[in-house]
Amino acid sequence: MADAPQIPDEAETRARWGNFAWTAENAEKAKAVIARYPAGRQRSAVMPLLDLAQRQVGAETQTQGWLPVPVIEFVAAQLDMPFMRAYEVATFYTMYNLVPVGRYHVQVCGTTPCLLRGSDDVMAACKNRGMTKGKTTPDGLFTLTEVECMGTCTNAPMVQINDDNYEDLDYDSMTRILDALAAGDAPKAGTQIAGRHTSEPEGGPTTLKEMVKANHDYRKEWEA
Amino acid sequence: MPKVTVDGVELDVPQGATVLQACEMAGKEIPRFCYHERLSIAGNCRMCLVEVAPGPPKPQASCALPTAEGQVIRTDSPMVKKAREGVMEFLLINHPLDCPICDQGGECDLQDQSVAYGRGATRYDENKRAVTEKYMGPIVKTVMTRCIQCTRCVRFAEEVAGVEDIGAIYRGENMQITSYLEHAIQSELSGNVVDLCPVGALTSKPYAFEARPWELTKTLGIDMMDAVGTNVRIDSRGRQVLRVLPRVNDDVNEEWASDKTRHHVDGLVRRRLDRPYVRKSGQMVEATWAEAFEAIKAVNAGSSVAAIAGDLVDCETMFAAKSLVNALGGTLLEGRQTGLDYDVTSLSAVNFNTTIAEAENADVILLVGTNLRWEAPLINTRVRKAVWKKGAKVFAIGPETDLTYRTEWLGDDASLVAKLPQHVTDALKGAERPMLVFGGGALSVPGVHGAGLALAKAVNAVRDGWNGYNVVHFSAARMGSLMLGYGLPRGIKDVIAAKPKLAFFLGADEVDFAALPDTFKVYVGHHGDKGAHAADVILPAAAWTEKDFTTVNTEGRVQRSEKAVFAPGDAREDWSIFRALADALGVSVGFDSFDECRAAMIAAVPALGVEGIADYGWTVPKLPAKPEARAIPSPIKDFYLTNAICRASPTMQRCSEELIHGVDFAEAAE
Amino acid sequence: MSLADKDRIFTNLYGFQPWNLKSAQARGDWDNTKDLMSRGQDAIIEEIKASGLRGRGGAGFPTGLKWSFMPKEPRADRPSFLVINADESEPGSCKDREIIRHDPHKLIEGALIAGFAMRARAAYIYIRGEFIREAETLFAAVQEAYDAGLLGKNAAKSGYDFDVFVHRGAGAYICGEETAMIESLEGKKGQPRLKPPFPAGAGLYGCPTTVNNVESIAVVPTILRRGAPWFASFGRENNKGTKLFQISGHVNKPCVVEEEMGITFRELIDTHCGGIRGGWDNLLAVIPGGSSVPLVPAAEIMDAPMDFDGLKAVGSGLGTAAAIVMDKSTDVVQAISRISYFYKHESCGQCTPCREGTGWMWRVMERLRTGDADISEIDTLFDVTKQVEGHTICALGDAAAWPIQGLIKHFRPEIERRIRENGGALEAAE
Repeated sequence: MADAPQIPDEAETRARWGNFAWTAENAEKAKAVIARYPAGRQRSAVMPLLDLAQRQVGAETQTQGWLPVPVIEFVAAQLDMPFMRAYEVATFYTMYNLVPVGRYHVQVCGTTPCLLRGSDDVMAACKNRGMTKGKTTPDGLFTLTEVECMGTCTNAPMVQINDDNYEDLDYDSMTRILDALAAGDAPKAGTQIAGRHTSEPEGGPTTLKEMVKANHDYRKEWEA
Repeated sequence: MPKVTVDGVELDVPQGATVLQACEMAGKEIPRFCYHERLSIAGNCRMCLVEVAPGPPKPQASCALPTAEGQVIRTDSPMVKKAREGVMEFLLINHPLDCPICDQGGECDLQDQSVAYGRGATRYDENKRAVTEKYMGPIVKTVMTRCIQCTRCVRFAEEVAGVEDIGAIYRGENMQITSYLEHAIQSELSGNVVDLCPVGALTSKPYAFEARPWELTKTLGIDMMDAVGTNVRIDSRGRQVLRVLPRVNDDVNEEWASDKTRHHVDGLVRRRLDRPYVRKSGQMVEATWAEAFEAIKAVNAGSSVAAIAGDLVDCETMFAAKSLVNALGGTLLEGRQTGLDYDVTSLSAVNFNTTIAEAENADVILLVGTNLRWEAPLINTRVRKAVWKKGAKVFAIGPETDLTYRTEWLGDDASLVAKLPQHVTDALKGAERPMLVFGGGALSVPGVHGAGLALAKAVNAVRDGWNGYNVVHFSAARMGSLMLGYGLPRGIKDVIAAKPKLAFFLGADEVDFAALPDTFKVYVGHHGDKGAHAADVILPAAAWTEKDFTTVNTEGRVQRSEKAVFAPGDAREDWSIFRALADALGVSVGFDSFDECRAAMIAAVPALGVEGIADYGWTVPKLPAKPEARAIPSPIKDFYLTNAICRASPTMQRCSEELIHGVDFAEAAE
Repeated sequence: MSLADKDRIFTNLYGFQPWNLKSAQARGDWDNTKDLMSRGQDAIIEEIKASGLRGRGGAGFPTGLKWSFMPKEPRADRPSFLVINADESEPGSCKDREIIRHDPHKLIEGALIAGFAMRARAAYIYIRGEFIREAETLFAAVQEAYDAGLLGKNAAKSGYDFDVFVHRGAGAYICGEETAMIESLEGKKGQPRLKPPFPAGAGLYGCPTTVNNVESIAVVPTILRRGAPWFASFGRENNKGTKLFQISGHVNKPCVVEEEMGITFRELIDTHCGGIRGGWDNLLAVIPGGSSVPLVPAAEIMDAPMDFDGLKAVGSGLGTAAAIVMDKSTDVVQAISRISYFYKHESCGQCTPCREGTGWMWRVMERLRTGDADISEIDTLFDVTKQVEGHTICALGDAAAWPIQGLIKHFRPEIERRIRENGGALEAAE
């Protein structure tokens, strides 16, 4: 069970997070989330609320956020579901952090499409900055995780750092991004290849070229 | 009735039967781990794969597949054999082969099925998985590396026990079964997961390393820890009972048993009264049987004799005591030790008439002054089933507590019984199968009994084919004692008022002994508890595992239990004590053997001679129906320590400390 | 012959233009949706059936037929639901992301029309949790549609009430399996359910439910506007329409592109991807439909038609039309081993063969990668994959087994070579 996280000490997290409650803004958001599901089916909201809670913890700790057990219980109580069931959910899905993470959660995709395009180099760039897989740097800045396919395969290799993707990476561009983040800058998200827009072929699209410059309406060309 | 073919044999199966059930009907054994008749279908172990045509060209999980007309099922094809071997191999690759030190050894599904369906050798060359230990409380011992993730325990906790304390966390090969945050499971039924666990992941903590199953003598018994009458198997070796397991009886306990039923047995070898004692100058001193009898004879009580039956005594014991009291000219017989004095002129008015099995079919339920979870855990599971599976609505009057299902608490004022809120009355009146349940707490408040009977009439709870009026007792002896005439109009107050010179206390430990200062007290029982402390003479008797007996549960079901072991030391079976004492006192009880005693009892109360539910008819006594306006008390303060055997049991003491009083043992266990 | 731009459905695929409602309407979305709906529910289903549209999420089940399984008269206490599968997590796949972030209104309009056709009361779009920015766009686009009266009561003035909700996942590939997705939507772990009952009978909250892929739903409005014959004019029989292809790996210019079904692999690569890195002679193998399908060696894939039947013919499958291209520099055993790791990581843990088998397979694969094995273990591994395949509740077990079977089938000599070079052959000889 080496890859299962060590849940932090209960007494300590209870002391720190036992009084967790929504901020006014998040309380509103939580209400809106629950309203998306039919009456009596509020348990459906457990995933979005755990995410919201993790973000609130993140805001309070200046990190990407994590889910202390009392916070999971807070969400479960709001949804009238047994703690165990919420805890199962929190441990099943990979995006819930069960242990504290750093300011930036560097999630390098290592699945085959990224592997083929050089994800090892991206990982090397991280390691060269002192990061270790599954660990947070001593300065609390970066947590490095190798993740599975993030669905950005035509822009491989890629990394997701907190809420943004950085795509079409190599060793140098990854290093630049990490440097920028460490310096407190906001590097440009998305593809790192100059001139590439999104998932079109590098160097310009082979199709739908009219769309590059204007919002072309192809209906005019449809046969009657 | 679909017609299917199993291995070439055509048969009709009931509508809705699964393929697995069809195979069993055809006499084919289908191996399984996750499937359990009384739990929802998970279909995850994949051991029950069979070949089914028409269908996709791959084996199907028979536990989850409904039968259909014309299906051709094969359980003996090469595809099935290979599939079973494959699943078996997967189950074993990460299972530690530590059978020699595993308590499940000898009664392990994984062992048995790997012999029957496995490949014989593994091809797995990698490291095996180890899983960190999980704490589950005083009853369940865990070795989670052995777990095969069948999730039976998870489903049991959620569905039957109603305590969503067990779950499967993480995923994939890291999936682990655990109690919530590795705390003790907060359930009075936790021991059942030990039976359900098909491997040695969850085993019995008190029984750990005690015995191998093949060393045990198995005796069929009836549990006396509560008035449910759980059918059990008493496993003993030599003179000691090592464990008690439930037997299947769909009318009573299905196949469950409460933790008290299972684990009070270590109390059977502690604090035992194994020789007679006589009080001399205020001190209890060891005596011979003759000396003890002599001391009783010396009281010269004449006909001023009473017998008080405790909660754990059987019908033969009560009959023998009654015979002696009657032979001496006495008539004071009472079983309600704590002072309850409800009317006993109609047994049907104090019986669980709906029957335990039918309780799960009730659609609107009113619980009055009963913590069913503690008073009758396995009736509570029926109510839970009614709520969980069939959507029954439950109202309750009494001290609020978590009964494991959604309950609308109306308050704890006894007078509510006579003036229910309109919506409750409407719900009961509108119900197809309304059920009223009155507990010991309710009957302790004057007027509730009559008001309850009036309510039953008002909401038409007793109708053709359905009797929804129920009293739930928690004393195993209760219905038997009432059938044998242990019931005075004002209960034990009548005994106290009569100031008998001599009284026999049949395992009765809960009596207010100080109220009988001038009575010579003879304690006939098996444990050195409150009764023995108050006694003038102690006559050591047999505990329930040490004698054949008849007992009647709260629904009036007459059941028989067999003797598993001998009573310790000089202790004797109760009937023989009274027989011998009769000689010493110069009277005759009319029987010379146990068989004669039982025959005489049946002659006196014929219903006790027929196993099954006794017919009490339905008669409603005229009773005052104005309940006093006061809070209904809880009759049970501590589920785990309700009688002398439990109080002597280290396991029950530990359960009480940990689960009731919150003492944390988890740390110490590591 | 490449598909003409006028026949492409996803005209803002690359997001050169804004995704918002105004721009989408200028491109033709939400153009008199009411009219399309006024054709009636059965007519819409018939039109989709006639178009030959097959599910774009991988299994290729005919979309119109799937809709027709939904109850014609849903009971008030058991409303029907449409669940849209945007849990795009199959390695190689990245098409739904482009639809969601660049053309979300095609999806939302499609949701309304499809939901109406199957008589659903609401649609839930289940978007994978890692699509954070994409989900932000989708939430905003749905809000735009509500604000414009295109959703909600009397949606698009059609007289039909319909809601669209967005539900974010939280990192679990298995939630792309339809019943796992339903479990997850109900707030549970994403563990696939036993079938039967099928979702059309008892799905979300026990109600009749259809789960469709994003692309399957997003193409619906255009099919209705241009007619089933138009859509059916592309591709071969049984493999109709246009399709978003995603080409990753060792091509010169990886991209997502909409093409006609049945385009040959060679034409797809040469037209849109700038060819194979190092030329066609440098091509080693291709996983043509996302990680779940077996790889195909260069010689067999080059001129294969990229559609359901064409790829089936070469022992693989179209899957999500996500081609992972590997040139001769690839450590093909590592490439497949990494996929094995993926499945081990994503197994939900529910049923035995997958829970235990994925880990076993990956561990053996890792040893085969370095040659630290015995030749006989290749056959053992193959046998283990056969013990997983077809023995599990959902198809993840199959998906984990097939890539390895493909590898062993096509690259056995390579695996044996490594074992020999590592000294394994000697051991075997002893």
